[in-house]
Amino acid sequence: MRIQINNGHVIDPANRIDAVNNLAIDNVRIISVGQIPSGFSADREIDASGLIICPGLVDLYAHLREPGDEHKATIASETHAAARGGITTLCCPPDTQPIIDTPAVATLIYDLAQAAGMANVLPLGALTQQLAGEQLSTMHALKEAGCVGVTQASKPMQNNLILLRAMEYAATHNLTLFLRAEDNFLADQGCVHNGPVGTRLGLAGIPTAAETVAIATALALAEETGVKIHFAMLSTARAVRLIARARYNGLPVSASVSAHQLHLTDMDILDFDSRCHVRPPLRSQRDREGLREGIRDGTITAIASDHQPHEADAKIAPFSETAVGISSLETLLPLALQAGAETDLDLSTIIASLTTGPANILGIDAGTLTVGSTADICIFDPDSYWLLDKASMVSRGHNTPFLDWELKGEVRYTIFNGRCVYEKQA
Amino acid sequence: MDKRNIQLDQNNRLRHFLSIEGLKRQMLIDILDTAESLSNVTERTVKKVPLLRGKTVVNLFFEPSTRTRTTFELAAKRLSADVLNMNLAISATTKGETLLDTLRNIEAMQCDMFVVRHPNSGAAHFIAQHVAPHVSVINAGDGRHAHPTQAMLDMFTIRRVKGDFYKLRVAIVGDIMHSRVARSQIHALSTLGVEEIRVIAPRTLIPASAEALGVHVYNDMSQGLKDVDVVIMLRLQHERMSAALLPDEHEYYRLYGLTEDKLAVAKPDVMVMHPGPINRGVEIASSVADGPHSVILQQVTHGIPVRMAIMSMTMQSHMPITESA
Repeated sequence: MRIQINNGHVIDPANRIDAVNNLAIDNVRIISVGQIPSGFSADREIDASGLIICPGLVDLYAHLREPGDEHKATIASETHAAARGGITTLCCPPDTQPIIDTPAVATLIYDLAQAAGMANVLPLGALTQQLAGEQLSTMHALKEAGCVGVTQASKPMQNNLILLRAMEYAATHNLTLFLRAEDNFLADQGCVHNGPVGTRLGLAGIPTAAETVAIATALALAEETGVKIHFAMLSTARAVRLIARARYNGLPVSASVSAHQLHLTDMDILDFDSRCHVRPPLRSQRDREGLREGIRDGTITAIASDHQPHEADAKIAPFSETAVGISSLETLLPLALQAGAETDLDLSTIIASLTTGPANILGIDAGTLTVGSTADICIFDPDSYWLLDKASMVSRGHNTPFLDWELKGEVRYTIFNGRCVYEKQA
Repeated sequence: MDKRNIQLDQNNRLRHFLSIEGLKRQMLIDILDTAESLSNVTERTVKKVPLLRGKTVVNLFFEPSTRTRTTFELAAKRLSADVLNMNLAISATTKGETLLDTLRNIEAMQCDMFVVRHPNSGAAHFIAQHVAPHVSVINAGDGRHAHPTQAMLDMFTIRRVKGDFYKLRVAIVGDIMHSRVARSQIHALSTLGVEEIRVIAPRTLIPASAEALGVHVYNDMSQGLKDVDVVIMLRLQHERMSAALLPDEHEYYRLYGLTEDKLAVAKPDVMVMHPGPINRGVEIASSVADGPHSVILQQVTHGIPVRMAIMSMTMQSHMPITESA
């Protein structure tokens, strides 16, 4: 299939392109950006006037629920949602059932994603067997099976000696450690930010220190081991400062934030809105500003979905008893764009945090429009307002506090591997 | 999502009673006045009025309770309602039934009012959001969040003794962090316009950003109790020692237990309150609990008319508005 995209505003941060251009795709590759090669005859032409053409988005952290929780979602259902969101590459954490601690599970995920054919799904392997925090996983075998990093996901690692060893072993195999930083003793039974809203609602708090203590510990161990650490889904301004200092000192660490943390604060929980029950918890306005500042100053180089689809029942209970997470693949782009607009960040910085930023963290060849690379492309209308409603959501999970929000920035086409996998119906 | 106060109906009448927060001062005054007019019912030979005749009240208790449940039961019976007590702390939910399913099942029995106690904060709000339109929900304590009927009976007791709220300085002493009673009292006292609310406890028992509730925080009894008109003591749960919040009961009593000595810095006519059940020698000395300043037993008595008032008011919200001539 040959596709020609005309007159779009191409933003490709990796190649510093930010101009109106044409783009040609032959089979699975981008063959030109700019002049369409003479003699190229397209099977399909897309008029992208007024639209942005950027690399397909790379989402560092999305729960797809398969294998094990198919009643919530499947790889097929969620990669369809990803296509609607302009996402062409997703990382899924290993806390599936079975856990991704053997090559077989990683292979299964690749096979299921390939069968669905809507996006690349890159598994993160378990750092320890069964995520129990005791024995190292077979990281070399996991890497061979295609795992792009290792992580404990949301499971605690209580023993710092084992964490140190796991870092050394991951470094041996040049694997990045993905860390969701939370000290589980400090988090205790908490379910919201330890602040005025939690106090008013009588919900147990998770202090800021639960995040900063875990980060400080990991940074101290990183100095010992030289392992690459990615701090995924930060929630506090102090964490951003800690990581900024570590990066300044030359440690090979990176950080990401979920799109919803750039918009919501603990005030949004009132009164007991279980759709805002997330982990790490929604924090104060000051934290939200700190996270946005982290994107501006380059400490945070990726915005991810932290997609967690649930069946409706999972959110129907008293607040603390509900499952955590937001179904967020379809809101990643508009929320990131809006956060960028509200902080006066230029469009290419925000797009970088959704494309080259996460691709560099993963060390994969994606998130660019380089000639010769795989044609994974997102084409969106930056000025279109649209309503997120339940009926039109593609994800199996409808658990999102952004339901009925008017969002700005709408995906018009998603091209994955040279095929148009999503097209907004007029 | 509809952020309108779900406690009120379209005519701003009390439909559910879930939390003091969000209710206007006049609503609290109405509750106190209604309770006042109902209190003589409980002093008559025939202690019944027909306000809830033909209605069924279900006490849904997901947590053990004797006192609160009993006073709700008495209040309902004195309003001529039929009462069903369900102790769910040990039943359906442990069999894996969800709270919503439990609710639907009881709703199917054609009941009119749920009195709910639950260990999770927000449970009463949750139930109120999901009940059929003809059902009213009364919060009898949800997690650490609220225990609004207790707060109202405390306000009733304060008004009976002190007459008014404006000039009062009130200190709440003890485990503010885990106390739903304290949260509701703070909202009620500030809505009713007392001069000052203080909370007194070691820092381990003060919740984050407590000042945002509109209170002054003290860690020391002699400073915190100085010139107060009302002292409200909170019950100290034994679990607080094992959670490393306190060293032991002796040190707690020495620093925060209410004794005659400590009370001496308060106003001479100070009143001493406690939601019960009291731990003698842990948070309060017997000589104070049984002494002249104590109104602890009056609080229990007042629980009945106050709960009668709240129950009858929420039931009235289901009736058409009557034009008063």
